[in-house]
Amino acid sequence: MKLNRRLFIGSSVVAAASLSAPMVLGATGKPRVVIIGGGAGGATAARYIAKGSKGAIDVTLIEPTRTYYTCFFSNLYIGGFRDFSSIGHTYGKLAADYGINVVHDWAVGVDRDAKSVTLAGGGKLAYDRLIISPGIDFKEGAVEGWDLSSQNKMPHAYKAGSQTQLLKAQVDAMPAGGTFAMVAPPNPFRCPPGPYERVSMVAHQLKENNPTAKILIVDPKPKFSKQGLFEEGWNNHYAGMIERVGPDFGGDNVSVNPDEMTVTIDGEVNKVDVCNVIPAMKAGKIADIAGVTNDKGWAPVNAADMSSKMDANIHVLGDASQQGDMPKSGFSANSQAKVCANAVRGALTGSKVFPAKFANTCWSLINEDDGIKVGASYEATAEKIKKIEGFVSKTGENAETRKATYEESIGWYNGISADMFG
Amino acid sequence: MTRIFTLLALMTFMPWFAFANEVERGEKVFKKCRSCHQVGAKAKIKNGPPLNGLFGRVAGTYENAKYSDAMQSAGADGLTWTQENLDKFLTKPRSFVAHTSMSFSGLKKLQDRADVIAYLLTFNIDLGMLAAKDDPAVNAEILAMVGDVEYGEYLGSSCVTCHQIDGTDQGLPSITGWPNAAFVTVMHAYKNKHRDNPVMQQHAGALSNEEIAALAAYFERVH
Ligand SMILES: Cc1cc2nc3c(=O)[nH]c(=O)nc-3n(C[C@H](O)[C@H](O)[C@H](O)COP(=O)(O)OP(=O)(O)OC[C@H]3O[C@@H](n4cnc5c(N)ncnc54)[C@H](O)[C@@H]3O)c2cc1C
Repeated sequence: MKLNRRLFIGSSVVAAASLSAPMVLGATGKPRVVIIGGGAGGATAARYIAKGSKGAIDVTLIEPTRTYYTCFFSNLYIGGFRDFSSIGHTYGKLAADYGINVVHDWAVGVDRDAKSVTLAGGGKLAYDRLIISPGIDFKEGAVEGWDLSSQNKMPHAYKAGSQTQLLKAQVDAMPAGGTFAMVAPPNPFRCPPGPYERVSMVAHQLKENNPTAKILIVDPKPKFSKQGLFEEGWNNHYAGMIERVGPDFGGDNVSVNPDEMTVTIDGEVNKVDVCNVIPAMKAGKIADIAGVTNDKGWAPVNAADMSSKMDANIHVLGDASQQGDMPKSGFSANSQAKVCANAVRGALTGSKVFPAKFANTCWSLINEDDGIKVGASYEATAEKIKKIEGFVSKTGENAETRKATYEESIGWYNGISADMFG
Repeated sequence: MTRIFTLLALMTFMPWFAFANEVERGEKVFKKCRSCHQVGAKAKIKNGPPLNGLFGRVAGTYENAKYSDAMQSAGADGLTWTQENLDKFLTKPRSFVAHTSMSFSGLKKLQDRADVIAYLLTFNIDLGMLAAKDDPAVNAEILAMVGDVEYGEYLGSSCVTCHQIDGTDQGLPSITGWPNAAFVTVMHAYKNKHRDNPVMQQHAGALSNEEIAALAAYFERVH
């Protein structure tokens, strides 16, 4: 692997400032791990490295938001099954109980030769290992007529927080008999069942409050995750409410007009009341700035330790990584973070490194007490993270099984929250 | 978190029938406690609190039960009922929590304490879980395997994505502090699809016998 001397900095102004002031924070003499992004991948990695190394590694977590709202269960909030505060988590325990240096700022530059990260606030952090887990950003121009400035009219709600609140408020304020449209994303994207769980939750909410309303899904993909299960559930609970336009009917030829609130499918204009645009995705921008992404917009990694194929001192976790067979999920990011934490500790302190093992399960809620799930276990091969064995809920399962599946998902939510934030 | 505890050392690598024997004897020892403490589905508050789900409970916190000030402040100072703490308490209650209102003088014999703790464990762990003891795939050789605790901690990081490391049940069963044999038996039952949760079948299915032993050895030591 050839490393050129490059300075990956967001703007030349920052570059000039940092060159003239080569201040390096966190110089304690211990090996230093810097983690960008305090989500499912980053928070887990920070906690496991700090916990496992018992103070032998200096761990810094960079995350701009003080409260992380999980995308997982954000659809349940839209459906009225959770309140908003129940999906918010803070970093207090990671700092107080695990000694992690939590920096609330944006990372704006990565200098791979000097091994340092530049912050929007101007500081610089030196690292021995850098872990990047920034989640996703949207591909520009992916949906004609939509860009980030349209998100207040046509929310994506695919990063949780105010976007999720906005979408729920719009659904709740829909006129009687109105239309909710979703422009679904092409593969690969975060949380493959996510858009379809969202449709289920919106349908649940509408059925209770606005039963003559309609849902229109415009989908560029011929098929989607747990399709048979979702469609069975939609027939059972929301018959006649949901229409999906796939690529065979122009689902891949769509444009929107946020001012007019229209969705145009294959030239045919549809006036809608709410439009949830979920554009095509790529790795969070900082992965690009660090120069660890490929032409598809994702960061290729080695399965054994989640290290970047472009820089052995950088690891990329979660949605941003291109790792092989795992879906982009919070569960996957959490699983990858543990493998990475074990490898990074081993490299920096000589602790024992165990073989990589990964797992994922994604639960989705279709209606009250009607939960479904899909999952698999994975191993690391030379080329990729490879699926070993998987399972998926079955159509026609009884109500008791579905209820147990939903209850299991609540246990998982409580578990992964504690596992990320202590 | 990886405190090794003599009583558990006794139970460790102990085949299933030994645990079952302890439970059986423990039920008899428990007669000494029964006038004040009830267990089981219909347990009510008597002079002392019911002891279902004891392990993991903060001392002095069973709702509406009567406690001495001493017990309540021990809880406020962080005393949680683990197998280890209960062993110390039962040895000589008044020296572990001075001024406890429990008038019982204690169980001098280690084996009696181990037995009664084993018995109480069965009211902590989902009884359905223990019913897996007859799993045909689990033989003496599997039960006798000595697990690598450090490897178990690494592998166990996957379990605590859903199950709580502090042993509380927040929607999924507690998996900490189980006797080694019970843990191994249940995991093999999932691996061989004799128990039917697909998530657990998939997790257990990806584990070797050594890895299951490692997990059991680790989680047994987590209180
Ligand atoms: C509607 C929906 C439902 C979902 N449901 C589920 C589910 O049920 N189960 C499941 O497992 N997954 C689910 N997911 C997927 C899950 O949310 C993601 O896969 C997971 O969050 C990915 O983790 P990550 O660490 O890659 O990114 P994130 O969790 O998104 O974390 C990235 C963090 O990085 C920060 N960041 C970004 N750029 C920078 C920067 N330059 N400097 C500093 N910090 C930065 C961000 O603020 C963010 O906090 C769902 C997703 C959606 C959208």
